[in-house]
Amino acid sequence: MTITVAGNKKEVADNLTVAQLIADENVETPQYVTVTINDDFVQSGTFEETVLKDGDVVEFLYFMGGGQ
Amino acid sequence: MAFTNEQLERYSRHIILKEVGAKGQKKLLNAKVLIIGAGGLGAPVAMYLAAAGIGTIGIADADEVDLSNLQRQIIHATKDVGKPKVQSAKETMEAMNPDVKVVTYHTFVTSENIMDLIKDYDFIIDGTDNFPAKFLINDACVMAKKPFSHAGIIRFQGQLMTYVPGEGPCYRCVFKNPPPKDAVPTCKQAGVIGAMGGVIGSLQAMEAIKYILGKGQLLTGYLLTYDALKMEFRKVKLPSDTHNCAVCGDHPTITELIDYEQAECDGVHL
Repeated sequence: MTITVAGNKKEVADNLTVAQLIADENVETPQYVTVTINDDFVQSGTFEETVLKDGDVVEFLYFMGGGQ
Repeated sequence: MAFTNEQLERYSRHIILKEVGAKGQKKLLNAKVLIIGAGGLGAPVAMYLAAAGIGTIGIADADEVDLSNLQRQIIHATKDVGKPKVQSAKETMEAMNPDVKVVTYHTFVTSENIMDLIKDYDFIIDGTDNFPAKFLINDACVMAKKPFSHAGIIRFQGQLMTYVPGEGPCYRCVFKNPPPKDAVPTCKQAGVIGAMGGVIGSLQAMEAIKYILGKGQLLTGYLLTYDALKMEFRKVKLPSDTHNCAVCGDHPTITELIDYEQAECDGVHL
């Protein structure tokens, strides 16, 4: 199936979970990333059981703390 | 109040814009913006807002200028090392534009003083470098119904979003709680390319100016991310459902300000 991750279309295995996608994408500090699918937040703690569907649009939102 | 000849000349490139005009320039001169943090982000914000003729600029920071700040904090100069950042920032802004009244707050911003600090301002700039401060500013602005610009910078990356009460998600809608101390790099160990403050801070100044003018579309409901190495900006749409947010939702569970534990990194405060 095809999903869009951070603006890029990619082919992934059917029934891929958010947790697997996070591992595949080498997401930095995965325990603190915010994930949205099709403009909805994925509840933290549900990444293992959240299964992606064909056409899903996924975004990873990262903490960015610097400023000084 | 009519413009002086000097003001007409100083602001001529603004006044000629149909989105600004004399009326818009007056709005800027009557506006009050508070910048929290006089560092990498706060420096360019303060300078562009001063140059633009924002009538009152508040600036809060407890730090003194350090030599290691000067790679990015362009409001301070070598002669300012050791001076309170708010004092150095005030001197630069006043030298740039005598129309601007600069109010300095040489203090940490905490749950005790933030409501008092923000109450007289029209727009708040988060130019801080740590999560406790970012969550504190968010929660205080939600509670006081004040618009603000969030930003963060690290390495070659930056992000920003704009919160306007009732017009989209707040920072806590996106990030529920601060990460544990030292779990996410925030500090000097991670590094930041100096010009990143210029890119992202200038965008924060732009959002403040657009908000005051009431022109264009603000970055409400979006997180703008910038990757300098890829030279890529992305405007990521945020979920519009804010009903369940712990602070700006329908049934807030956070009704008092929280001072989260500060990440430990040398000499870095706000």
